[in-house]
This record gives sequence, C-alpha cells and structure tokens, in this order.
Amino acid sequence: MYWNWKAGGLALGFTFLITVAIVQPIGVSTEFVLFDAILARTVNPDLVVKDESAKSGYASSNAYLNQSGGKMAKSVAKPMNYGIAFVLSIALGGLLGRLSSPKHKERMQQVPECHQRNFSNSYGQRYILAFLGGVLVLWGARLAGGCTSGHMMSGMMQTSISGYLFALGAFITAIPTAILFYKS
Amino acid sequence: MEIVLAIIFGTLFGFVLQRVGAADPDKIINMLRLKDLELMKTILLAIGVSCVLLFAGIAVDVISVDHLSVKPMYAGVTIGGMILGVGWAIAGFCPGTSIAAIGSGRKDALFFFLGGLVGAGVYMAMFANFKDSSMMQPLFGGAVSLAANAKFASIISDVNGVVVASVIGLLLITVAAMLPMSLRK
Repeated sequence: MYWNWKAGGLALGFTFLITVAIVQPIGVSTEFVLFDAILARTVNPDLVVKDESAKSGYASSNAYLNQSGGKMAKSVAKPMNYGIAFVLSIALGGLLGRLSSPKHKERMQQVPECHQRNFSNSYGQRYILAFLGGVLVLWGARLAGGCTSGHMMSGMMQTSISGYLFALGAFITAIPTAILFYKS
Repeated sequence: MEIVLAIIFGTLFGFVLQRVGAADPDKIINMLRLKDLELMKTILLAIGVSCVLLFAGIAVDVISVDHLSVKPMYAGVTIGGMILGVGWAIAGFCPGTSIAAIGSGRKDALFFFLGGLVGAGVYMAMFANFKDSSMMQPLFGGAVSLAANAKFASIISDVNGVVVASVIGLLLITVAAMLPMSLRK
C-alpha cells in the first residue's frame, strides 16, 4: 500500500534535495507560530507594526516575532509568502497521495489500530490524545528551533550538529513513550 | 514565482509523505515501538542520499552554498527534541506529516494541528521569559556543521566537505540497508 523503503527513501531524499537546491531547506514548525500570529493580529492589529529602523522593516511587541530584525513579524504582515504557501500545499499533496494510492476507495481507519488495541475505538479519546500530542510537539519544536523536517531531515542532510542532537533528543523519549503507551 | 515554487514543492512534499506512510499514525507509532522499521529505513536512506548529493552539488556549483541554512545548537534543541518526542509518540504525527494527513482525510490530524497552534502560541507568548536563559546559549559553536562549506563554520574543517558528507551519507545509507524490518516481536 505504501512505497517500500528504497523507492520511498529515494523519493523523500530527492524532495529535500530539489527544494534546498532551488529555494531553501524544508521546514514546517515556524509556520505554526505565524498562523497564530496572523490570527492574533486580527484581534490586536498592533502586534506587528511597520518600523523603518528594523532590518526587515517590521517590528513586533512580541519578543519571539521580533527576533532577527523582525523577520517573522514581516511574514505576519505579508502572509502571502513562500513558507506559508509551502506548508498549506502539503495538505494538497497529502490529498493527491491518498487519491493516487491503489486502495484509496477503502474507508479510512480514523482511529489508529494502535489506539484501538490499547484503549478503545472511541473517536473522542483519540482526538484528545492527538490534540495533547500537538501541544507538546509544537511547544518542543519551537524551543528546539525546528521539527522533524527542519532539524532532523534538513539539518542532518546538511550535517548540522543541531540536527543530530535534536534527533537524539527526539528518539530518546519517543521510543520509550511509544513502547510504554502502546503496549500491544 | 516564489509562491508557485512553494506550491509545487509543498505539494510534492505532502504527496511523498503520504506515499511513504509518514502521514499514517500507525506507521509512525509502530516505527517508534520498533515493530515496523520500514519508515526508519526510508528516513535514513533519504537523509543519506540527499546529504551526499547536496555537498556534491555544491562542490560542482550546481547548488548554491547560500541555500544552506544550518540551525544553531543550544541546550534547548535537545530538550525541545525530548518534549517533541513524547508528543510525537502519543499522537503519531509531527508538524509536516499532520498537514499531509489532514489533506488525506484524517480527522485526528486536524486535532493535532489545533493542539499545535496552542503549543506554538504558548511558546511564543512565554518566550520573553527565557530567551536569555542558559538553555538558549550557543553550544559547540552554535550554527556548526560536520562537513566543511563556504557559509557555516565546521567541526571537521581540515577535510574536504564532500568527503565528510559522503562518509556520513554512505554510513546512513548502510544503516538503512542493514536495519531489520523489525526489532521486536
């Protein structure tokens, strides 16, 4: 149903390579902050303001958005940018991937089998766990400065020290958590 | 033009993530449980191949070294990775794969995404409190790579970058090939 590791690894490697060759390394988790800031700005328009003295031409009252000369503040002010368009397009790719799969007409198992074996087939419980997982993953990714895409894949591809030490941290907790949490 | 490239590459990335099984939480969780290591082999092969070709491409001037973006190292990188690892194992998604999974029709991925917005938002709001803490100070020279290049500092600076990247890349490809499909029954 899925590509084997040889075909899949070459396709995934090619994707990371062509993207860095033509534009920049792939990264995803920064855009979560930008989505938050774009939403927050609809309530508080002063979150990001024009500032001639800032390197990017924009500044923010939020210390995180104001880093690196307001680079992220600028992306909030001009949301039609590469990073956001890239991340939104991932969903389109996921749809095309499913439609092109040989078994795409079969009904999708919405509650993962791992969850059903260990807990229940209840949607609510799975949605709560997925939500909590999302909170931890993005909080951790922002502290680390990248996620599985930006640090692990793109970082290790570039032989970054940070990419290797990020991957070490992620697997050190993920493997025991998965083994203990999903016992059967 | 930039937006067109973003749509092409984002779509390609999402498509490949779905087709290798990375957008399937069972596949991720079973990889982390060491029951089904195919995806681990996929990831290692992908990093190995792209690592060798990236540095080879830079050496022959097909790829601009300006496109490299080595992220800084600080204690928070590994600590953040450890926190991410817990959520990754529970949910079976990471940021990129959750978005591919939403596109493929997974509703639990949408809840992961919403949780992600909360996690990222909380981090953004509290960042001012620890941006100067010791956890955020550069380690091992900060933005440093193993393979030498013209843009970032490197730990192994007296050996040609292509050689170092090729050794690392071939090592990763070898591990990908040698790793069994499962380590636990």
